[in-house]
Amino acid sequence: MSLPDFLVAHKREVLTLTGEHLWLVGTSMLLAVAIGVPLGILLSRRPAWKGLVLGANNIMQTIPSLALFGLLLPVPWIGARADRLAILALTLYALLPVVRNTYTGIAGVDAPVREAAVGMGLTPRQLLWQVELPLASNVIVAGIRTATVITVGVATIAAAIGAGGLGEFIFRGLAMVDNNVILAGAIPAALMALGADFVLGTIQKLLARRRH
Amino acid sequence: MNDSPATAIEFANVTYRVNGNRTLISGLNLSIRRGETLMLLGRSGSGKTTTLKLINRLLAQSAGTVLVEGRSTAEWDVIQLRRHIGYAIQEAGLFPHYTVKDNVALVPRLERWDAARIAARVREVLQLVGLPYDEFAGRYPDELSGGQRQRVGLARALASDPPILLMDEPFGALDPITRAELQQEFIQLRKSLRKTVVFVTHDVAEALMLGDRVALMDSGALKGIYAPAEFLRSTDAFVQPYVTAFRAGQHILNSGA
Repeated sequence: MSLPDFLVAHKREVLTLTGEHLWLVGTSMLLAVAIGVPLGILLSRRPAWKGLVLGANNIMQTIPSLALFGLLLPVPWIGARADRLAILALTLYALLPVVRNTYTGIAGVDAPVREAAVGMGLTPRQLLWQVELPLASNVIVAGIRTATVITVGVATIAAAIGAGGLGEFIFRGLAMVDNNVILAGAIPAALMALGADFVLGTIQKLLARRRH
Repeated sequence: MNDSPATAIEFANVTYRVNGNRTLISGLNLSIRRGETLMLLGRSGSGKTTTLKLINRLLAQSAGTVLVEGRSTAEWDVIQLRRHIGYAIQEAGLFPHYTVKDNVALVPRLERWDAARIAARVREVLQLVGLPYDEFAGRYPDELSGGQRQRVGLARALASDPPILLMDEPFGALDPITRAELQQEFIQLRKSLRKTVVFVTHDVAEALMLGDRVALMDSGALKGIYAPAEFLRSTDAFVQPYVTAFRAGQHILNSGA
């Protein structure tokens, strides 16, 4: 059976697995941004913690994904359901680029701009929302973009612990030694990564155009 | 403490140390009169910018008291203190993502003026610094020359009409012609606005031209305060190198004429 035939024959399953994949990636990225951006802001306020937090994040990234899934298995509540476990692991992986870029973006705001802002009486909160975050926004989005592309790829491994997603096809194809089945998982995943890269890249360019 | 309305800013025995050891300012006593332009003159590292930043509490002194309008800066609400004091710096520090209009409107907006009042004030203050509103209001800082950016910085510092203005080498990074233009305009502005201005410079000619008085600083200490004419006549050892440098410049001018 050729690849197009396979895809047509398994239309429903392709859609289901793509949906699961989107759910895993989307949820993990929402969590990574919800945790990572505030963490990056915190680091810009407490640069002394930078080494510790970014170091811990770096170590996290060196753990092979399959091993991380396994390590998280005994964690209560999380380990009880495969998709929870997968989302937690993916979130941990996505965290580093988001935290690092948020910190870098804020630290990159020109010193005179910050000095003028503080000198004219902006409160710390106004400084953050009116100056630092707008000026750091394209760097932050660049971090989210990197993290998303990585997460789309790593999420295929979630199938190994039964969390679903396009990895199902890849693992099944490997077991069956059938390239078409592997490609039925790999191609939609690649398209998803390219699509996310394009959309976030466009947002990033639009933000950068607003004078940096 | 001197609380007379004639004094706008007063330093009483002020010392500033970095992280509790290196002393940048020691035992500074200085009274700045309401409505005067006081030039803080000195070499790099003499403590003039540090002195300036102690006024709007970008830095906090290690010992002594800084009074702004009779009230210790430690007692002021720091945000209110800063909004009470205009601040213009060498690199201008304009927000790159704001238009000229929005940059100038910054403090009035923070102070929640109504929109019509802000719009009128922005127009007025841009006019004051020689930037026609219709031509410049919608531009971004990267669409301006260095001199224009500096003018916007000044307009922004003046926008909420603060009684005190701090200027940290505002013309320092400009080419000589633009610089001379802005200095001339500053002299005009100073006359019409009658604000208390504290102006940091390392340029003797600028200090003598723009100031009512010149405070000479060296190694974190105040060496003396002089009216420009007094400064040129002074025989003080610390003043001499500045006068010599100034005269050398003039001498070249005269012999060339």
